[in-house]
Amino acid sequence: MNNSASDRFSLALGVPSLLILIGAFYYSFLVAPIESSMAMVEPVQRIFYIHLPSAFISFLSFFVVFIASLGYLITRRVAWDWVAVSAAEVGVVFCSAVLITGPLWAKPVWGIWWTWDARLTTTLILFLIYVGYLMLRLYIPEAQRRALLASVVGILGFVDVPIVYMANRLWRTQHPQPVIAGGEESGLDPRMWWGVLGVFVGLALFAGLLMRQRYRLESMRSELIELERSARD
Amino acid sequence: MTTWRVSTTIFRKDLLAERRTKEVFTAILLFGFTVAVAFTFAFEPTAEEARAIAGGLLWLAFLFSAVLGLNRAFARETANDCLRGLRLVPADPGAIYLGKLLSNVLFMVAAELVLLPIFGVFFNLNLWARPGWLLLILLLGTWGLASLGTIFSAVSANTRMQELMLPLLLLPLTVPVLIAAIESTAILLSGRPISEAGLWFRLLAGFDIIFTVLCWLLFGYVIEE
Repeated sequence: MNNSASDRFSLALGVPSLLILIGAFYYSFLVAPIESSMAMVEPVQRIFYIHLPSAFISFLSFFVVFIASLGYLITRRVAWDWVAVSAAEVGVVFCSAVLITGPLWAKPVWGIWWTWDARLTTTLILFLIYVGYLMLRLYIPEAQRRALLASVVGILGFVDVPIVYMANRLWRTQHPQPVIAGGEESGLDPRMWWGVLGVFVGLALFAGLLMRQRYRLESMRSELIELERSARD
Repeated sequence: MTTWRVSTTIFRKDLLAERRTKEVFTAILLFGFTVAVAFTFAFEPTAEEARAIAGGLLWLAFLFSAVLGLNRAFARETANDCLRGLRLVPADPGAIYLGKLLSNVLFMVAAELVLLPIFGVFFNLNLWARPGWLLLILLLGTWGLASLGTIFSAVSANTRMQELMLPLLLLPLTVPVLIAAIESTAILLSGRPISEAGLWFRLLAGFDIIFTVLCWLLFGYVIEE
């Protein structure tokens, strides 16, 4: 592997990510207006600028797991499996961020830490599905078998997500209207969207950097196993 | 046609093995019974409360005992290298999946039909008001649990933590089945009109179809050498 070239790739992701995040956090935390219905709990509302982009990124990462799983089953190239595991780990990290920032925000605004509303429950189930996926990988020592079985679970898990959401939506029809993309009255001040968009782009580049590093780690690990094997023979 | 014949042959093989060992059925039944007893200690419901929560208790007991049974069901194939024999069958590996799925559904439903009156007695439920609908929920819900349960039991049979891995994979993915089965059972037991459960029936049927087809297509990868 050409290390200097791959470092350049990581730099190309990392440097813009850092710059954009500094700008976007400054804008989101100090410039953007406050959502009116939450004005009384002013500062806590700004956690939203981390919460929502993290949610988008974790969903995107799990979509990458799905695509990479399909890619592995079709092409049988192990690189797809490395992409899948990298994306799954990054997705779980961002999903944890969503699950931690959510209650911190919900407590002062709704008065409770947690409610079994469709989006919350779906995010939690999503977290459990992909933690299960990573656990499964941990317990299969042989690389090829691990890639195969993980791909199957990666596909089944992703197809399940919209059904989980639908079931929860039907189950909890009384949940509060979503603030984003809900009814006609909902919606965000356009200036707030700029904050969300900025943080999203910055965090997405950062997630890309993490995946890139994780991918390299996985490829080096497999190279090491190959070398050890040839040294033994 | 050969797919169907392979499936039914595997189904008959499982039936025969089960008739001789009675492993899976007994495990599901006894475990479900124990859970039912444990639930009565946890809750001491009035008649009205019982009707409201019985759906949840019933399906949790079914789910836990199903996990136990499914673990046993595939362990049977890994012992004595039986799986290698199955792999050698010159047919679509999906046929093996369908055969195993059918036998799993049969064992689970059979045990559930025995557990149901036991729950009825313990929690004072009127189960016989609309037996046809109840049977339909039982069948759809169990099929949903078994569709993913069958493929995951094969997946977890490949891991070092066999018994633990199956519930970790199965529980989060079958949440829609649980919700729909619990809700529709509650509607039935509390005497509300069955039309209220229409959406739940559709959800169950949709889940069953999607995952049966998907697992049927993917099963070959799971048992690949």
